Amino acid sequence: MKTRLSALAIAATLSVSALALSGTAQAGATFDGVKQKGYVQCGVNLGLYGFSAPDDKGKWSGLDVDVCRAVAAAMFGDAEKVKYTPLSAQQRLPALQSGEIDILARNTTRTLTRDTANGLNFAPTNYYDGQGFMVSAKLGLKSAKQLNGATVCVLPGTTTEQNVADFFRANKMTFKPVVIEKNEELHKAFFSGRCDALTSDASQLAAIRAAETPNPNDYVILPELISKEPLSPAIRQGDEEWANLVTWAFYAMVQAEEKGITSESVDSAMTSPDPDVKRLLGVTAGNGKALGVEENWAFNVIKQVGNYGQSYERNVGTGSKLKMPRGQNALYTEGGMMYAPPLK
Amino acid sequence: MSKEVPTNTTTAWAASYEEEPSQASVPPQANGVTALKPLGWAPVNWAKANLFNTPLNTALTVLCLAILWFTVPPMVNWLLLNAVWSGSSEACREAAGACWSIIAVKHRLIFFGTYPYEEQWRPFLACGLFVAMLGISGVRAFWRPALSVAWALVLIAMGVLMWGGILGLTYVANDRWGGLPITLMLSVFAIALAFPLSILLALGRQSSLPAIRTFCIGFIELMRGVPLVSVLFMASVMFPLFLPEGVTVDKLLRALAGLTLFTAAYLAEAVRGGLQAIPKGQYEAADALGLSYWQKTRLIVLPQALRIVIPPIVNQFISCFKDTSLVTIVGLYDLLTAATVATTDPEWRPYFAEVYVFAGMIFWLFCFSMSRYSQWLERLANRYTRR
Repeated sequence: MKTRLSALAIAATLSVSALALSGTAQAGATFDGVKQKGYVQCGVNLGLYGFSAPDDKGKWSGLDVDVCRAVAAAMFGDAEKVKYTPLSAQQRLPALQSGEIDILARNTTRTLTRDTANGLNFAPTNYYDGQGFMVSAKLGLKSAKQLNGATVCVLPGTTTEQNVADFFRANKMTFKPVVIEKNEELHKAFFSGRCDALTSDASQLAAIRAAETPNPNDYVILPELISKEPLSPAIRQGDEEWANLVTWAFYAMVQAEEKGITSESVDSAMTSPDPDVKRLLGVTAGNGKALGVEENWAFNVIKQVGNYGQSYERNVGTGSKLKMPRGQNALYTEGGMMYAPPLK
Repeated sequence: MSKEVPTNTTTAWAASYEEEPSQASVPPQANGVTALKPLGWAPVNWAKANLFNTPLNTALTVLCLAILWFTVPPMVNWLLLNAVWSGSSEACREAAGACWSIIAVKHRLIFFGTYPYEEQWRPFLACGLFVAMLGISGVRAFWRPALSVAWALVLIAMGVLMWGGILGLTYVANDRWGGLPITLMLSVFAIALAFPLSILLALGRQSSLPAIRTFCIGFIELMRGVPLVSVLFMASVMFPLFLPEGVTVDKLLRALAGLTLFTAAYLAEAVRGGLQAIPKGQYEAADALGLSYWQKTRLIVLPQALRIVIPPIVNQFISCFKDTSLVTIVGLYDLLTAATVATTDPEWRPYFAEVYVFAGMIFWLFCFSMSRYSQWLERLANRYTRR
């Protein structure tokens, strides 16, 4: 028995050191690797409508998918040069660590642990989310602080469950969790009255309220957001060139919205006298060289993917079935948090 | 078919049928009793003799009828009478029954996943060829050498259809494959590869050579001691971490390897049961004839052993077919994953039950065909052993 245990211990040590080795072996190779193979390998959700999901025709679309398409447009001048790897929640981090994918654009919350111990780097947040509560309008609640003693429907095993517990403890309240593994059944339990409140990310609650209730006005989403969920694309640590490209491809979309440049107007914007626009679109050279790509990289991103506002409205906003308001995701000039540093 | 078989088998058949819950109230001696009472209207007599012959049976019959009365009509109403068959999601919200329009809208996503829309006739044709070949292979008249040639041709045709890249077909990398083709190919290839492997493992487990025996026992016990999900997870997530940089093994292939090894371990135990069920005299007689080990195995042992274990083997096949739905954990787009994804569309999200019923029916269709085929195969195999 003892020998068997020690053999196990040796095997475990070996696998851990192999893991550490493969982590460092990838360093600096991603940018060149992507350039050489000619496409971006993008890790996405198996199917989260509005963020990354195949449409009825099997074509990937969504806010997260657009990040990958923007990177491909910046690097190759062609937003279609993306291959998608659908990933389950358990798989997503190992897939990035092992080099199976180049970007993880899979509604992943940026946290300190993921940024450090897991060996990831994060690009700028492309969607600010937060956890909220939805309750029946009949209860007449105005605030989540009135939920003392409530039964709460919650998905297990995610940060969502932990956040609820933290919130109630911090406010010296009690609650009864109703934990259900599958989203559909969770929603059903809430609508059938098994719990007083349903908790999830506010974006999800809005979608559920819009689509699954007979009358959306029968339910209210309470104003408190009890967590910060900055959903951000992730890359492996150790390749700054690649991190730069992913970061600035996204910022180019935000900057384009701020300057009012859309995929339709980008051609005429090439003649704009605005020096910021000239630098953004590569009329004034410099940005492309610094990133190691063609000078018209941002032009391609805007032309093929659109600016951030277009991407938002098309995938999760008024142009989509989710109809989510811009909220925190509006430009900083309109009271939101989307802000691109100067592209110069 | 069953009329031709001798009486003793009929009773055996009847006995096996009586275990089904729907007939639980029928006493075992039922068949004999009906035969002796030809008077009156047959169904009434039959019911009196079988369903209402004792107070307990009467109570059970009434109870069963009540359960049926309360479950079947609402189910039929939901499934068929009140169902919406086509149209928009608004029409579904007002209906009391099932919303089959979601299937009408999403069936191509469910069947073919992320395969390019315009090219989906290719996986359709490939699946059709594949199922037709499987059907043909089951018919005895076609069991001849030409069949393996036909299989080779069909497999090549399938490869060409699915991948393309030649004959004017656009290339479709296998990371875009999904839906039914993935489920069918994973399960059939896993079964086809696992079966010979399992025979080797079962023979190896009985081998007198310690190295081979230890290896086989170790492999079987390791695979049986681990859940399939973790085998798949190891194959897909951990395995690439150990590979040198730049070396990647295709994701589909990794899942297939995991599924094959897992199924082989279970099949090997079923086959071993068959090997051990053969009387020792058979082995000794073969040895006495001077047959070599492989001659003995091929001519005497395996034909008898495999015939005995048809039911557990098919059981394992069916289980393997259903296990393919676990590949969703490694991000492969099998039929069930594609079905789940179809339900994430906010417009159609309330109608997830319909999608799962639909996916369940597809799985049932394949599994039921397998089990019916195995019954036929069993009768065929046992035809020569009846005394």
